[in-house]
Amino acid sequence: MKRKYFAYPYIVWMILFIAAPMLFIFYYAFNVNGTWTAEKFLDTLKNVSYWKTLLRSVLMAFGTTAICLLLGYPIAYILSNMKKSVAGFISVLFFVPMWMNFVLRTYAWSAIIEYAIPDLFNMTRSLTATSTGRTVAVLLVLVYDFLPFMVLPLYNTLSKLDKSLLEASRDLGANGRTTFFRVVLPLSIPGIVSGITMVFVPAITAFTVPALIGNGNYSLYGNVIDDAFKINPEYSIGSTLSIILLVFVLISTLIMNHFDTDKEGGSIL
Amino acid sequence: MKRFGRSLKYVYLGVMLLFLYLPIVYLIVFSFNSFHVNRGNVDYTNIGKCTGFTLSNYADVFTGEAGKALLLTLEIALISSVVATIIGTAAAIGINSMKKRSRSAVLSVSQLPMVNPDLVTGITFMMLFAFVNSLLANVNIKISDFGKLLIAHISFSIPYVIFSVLPRLKQSSDMLYEAALDLGCSPFQALLKAVIPDIMPGISSGFIMALTMSLDDFVVSYFVSDLRSTLSIYIYSRAAHGTKGVNPALATIIFIPLVTMLLIVNLRRLAKEREYEIQNKKVKMKK
Repeated sequence: MKRKYFAYPYIVWMILFIAAPMLFIFYYAFNVNGTWTAEKFLDTLKNVSYWKTLLRSVLMAFGTTAICLLLGYPIAYILSNMKKSVAGFISVLFFVPMWMNFVLRTYAWSAIIEYAIPDLFNMTRSLTATSTGRTVAVLLVLVYDFLPFMVLPLYNTLSKLDKSLLEASRDLGANGRTTFFRVVLPLSIPGIVSGITMVFVPAITAFTVPALIGNGNYSLYGNVIDDAFKINPEYSIGSTLSIILLVFVLISTLIMNHFDTDKEGGSIL
Repeated sequence: MKRFGRSLKYVYLGVMLLFLYLPIVYLIVFSFNSFHVNRGNVDYTNIGKCTGFTLSNYADVFTGEAGKALLLTLEIALISSVVATIIGTAAAIGINSMKKRSRSAVLSVSQLPMVNPDLVTGITFMMLFAFVNSLLANVNIKISDFGKLLIAHISFSIPYVIFSVLPRLKQSSDMLYEAALDLGCSPFQALLKAVIPDIMPGISSGFIMALTMSLDDFVVSYFVSDLRSTLSIYIYSRAAHGTKGVNPALATIIFIPLVTMLLIVNLRRLAKEREYEIQNKKVKMKK
């Protein structure tokens, strides 16, 4: 018996449960009540409000990713420069919250934003009463949820960095800042890229955070899709929106893969 | 100046840790707060005002729906990660012995559930099960919510197992398998007795990954399950506006075992590292 046969149960499983079900999205986008038509698909594409929500979600995801990178890079950098035993312990502290149920953590934030912050600052009404306030609140919780996912790949890359390169840079006359910008930062690009991929795409589709923060008065692209499938089921709209999302994810994955030189093995394209 | 910079680093790490633990600590503090509105009625939405100390939240946490949801989550997580580890390890061994082209084809498909937004994964599962159940309705069978959750969780976990086992397989020598065959093992025995022990660290980290993905999943379960709630679904439905909120004692119930487990694992690792260091020193001294 050849060893490669061991992969066959998995291949069958993947075709049945991952690849084939993707076809349903295309089926429901172009098939309304048993007849094939592109009418609903085009109607949904022409609806400006969906595109506005997508734009808002993409901007929100950009903001989340940028803030996570700005906050997370120093964390990973400091940890990678610590003594190994100490860094190991502290880094575990940073990743423990990832294991706590994230819906529960989001719920806790909604309580903090609705009750604790107004109490603390003597505000007469809650932060989420205005639309700007809701945006800030959703952004805050998204950053909170995704920060560990940014720190983890950055820490992995930075801690594997060859320290003799830093010494070499210093020997050649570079000061601390030059060493950081010309040696450390370029070498950590694989970590930055995988951090961004781990935050950006999930942030576009995040629908739990906007649903729970601000009493559900703020909606992102994920909420619109959720609405089209679960709350007011209209599969043709939901499927079309999912196709747009998939195209978007595909494009951003392609862009990210272009920057990622470190990857080995198969990539999606 | 240097000293100042160093303490600044610790302050930054401290502030970030505070940020990460704030909601968890908040819930744990309020888990001792009394939420009784009037006789027998409990309303948890009032998390923010202290209305008296009580331990009754802890008595309530295991009864009713929360207890059921916790149990279902653990059942699904354990069964799905065991099955995913078995299928995934076998798949990794198979993929590793494939030729380059078919290997990269299989690996590309394996990345699909990892790259795909979980929202889309959840929706496709929902439509798949609706379709299969409508076919099965003719013969009066139905895939239960438990079955659906199990299939979905196994599916999105397998790739994580494969990608933790494969690097380990690459490090391990192909000779090991050949040698076992030469020494009279059947191919199956050779795998079981020579290959698998060698890649065990990869398998166990794959299992942990699968367990984590399953325990933490909300989106896929939410779309797949109609009637039964996992912990995440339960919390989500109770957290929505206009409901009675979530019992904050749940946070403690999840947090304490988690921290204990991680502490044990890490202390053991630290002890091992220390032992290794001491041994290294001894070897050096002998030289």
